[in-house]
Amino acid sequence: MTRSTARSTGITLTTLEGVPGKEIIEHYGLVQGSTIRAKHVGKDILAGFKNIVGGELKAYTELLQESRKEAVNRMLEQAEQLGANAVVNVRFATSSVAPGAAELFAYGTAVKVQ
Amino acid sequence: MIELITFLILVGVGYFIGNRREQKHYEDIKRREKQTLHIPIMSWGAKQDLPYAHEAEMFVGSVVVANDYFKTISASLRNLVGGRVTVYETLIDRGRREAMLRMKESAIEWGASQVLNVRFETANIAGQSQNGGTGAVEIMVYGTGIR
Repeated sequence: MTRSTARSTGITLTTLEGVPGKEIIEHYGLVQGSTIRAKHVGKDILAGFKNIVGGELKAYTELLQESRKEAVNRMLEQAEQLGANAVVNVRFATSSVAPGAAELFAYGTAVKVQ
Repeated sequence: MIELITFLILVGVGYFIGNRREQKHYEDIKRREKQTLHIPIMSWGAKQDLPYAHEAEMFVGSVVVANDYFKTISASLRNLVGGRVTVYETLIDRGRREAMLRMKESAIEWGASQVLNVRFETANIAGQSQNGGTGAVEIMVYGTGIR
């Protein structure tokens, strides 16, 4: 559910400055991916009810997880095009651009490790 | 009159159900925190050599938590006099711990011995609330698991 590395591409993601146990042999620079998602009206109404009793909004959690995966996938696509096999120092940023829409932004440095 | 009654019902429902859910959630969090205590979480690790690590992978845990009606009202009353808004403190605390646990649990599943360079990200999701207050908060925790 929360595993973020896309296994299919074989690209390692880390928040560290390198990949432990491996040496960086080439830098390709910054790669990024972002996505903006709007909420489903039905989900928003349900969330309104949830605001009475509080607690986790599962529908939103799922929505944000999907958009996070989308953003990471876009970043990985860029890295793949460059020929990288790892993305290091990955960071996330979120912002709400408009009421009902949230942006998720992922960025990192594409590198080639041994 | 009817408006006042609905208002009181909403506050009551928010207070009783919201409180119960919060207590249950805290019990759940404490239980899971005890289970996952053996995995250290660090906010450093980026610049160190990690000779003992062979593999690394990023793990993310995220959660969206909403406040209940009672909390919204009590926080807006608190706004009049200022000071600590404890009702929101517990909300955010719950969210952070839950997100952290989700990250930890997925790292444990993978077989991590520790999680390094953990970062927190919090975003306010302007949800249903008309008054512009905290409708819901998204909390994201991410870090690198090593093994």
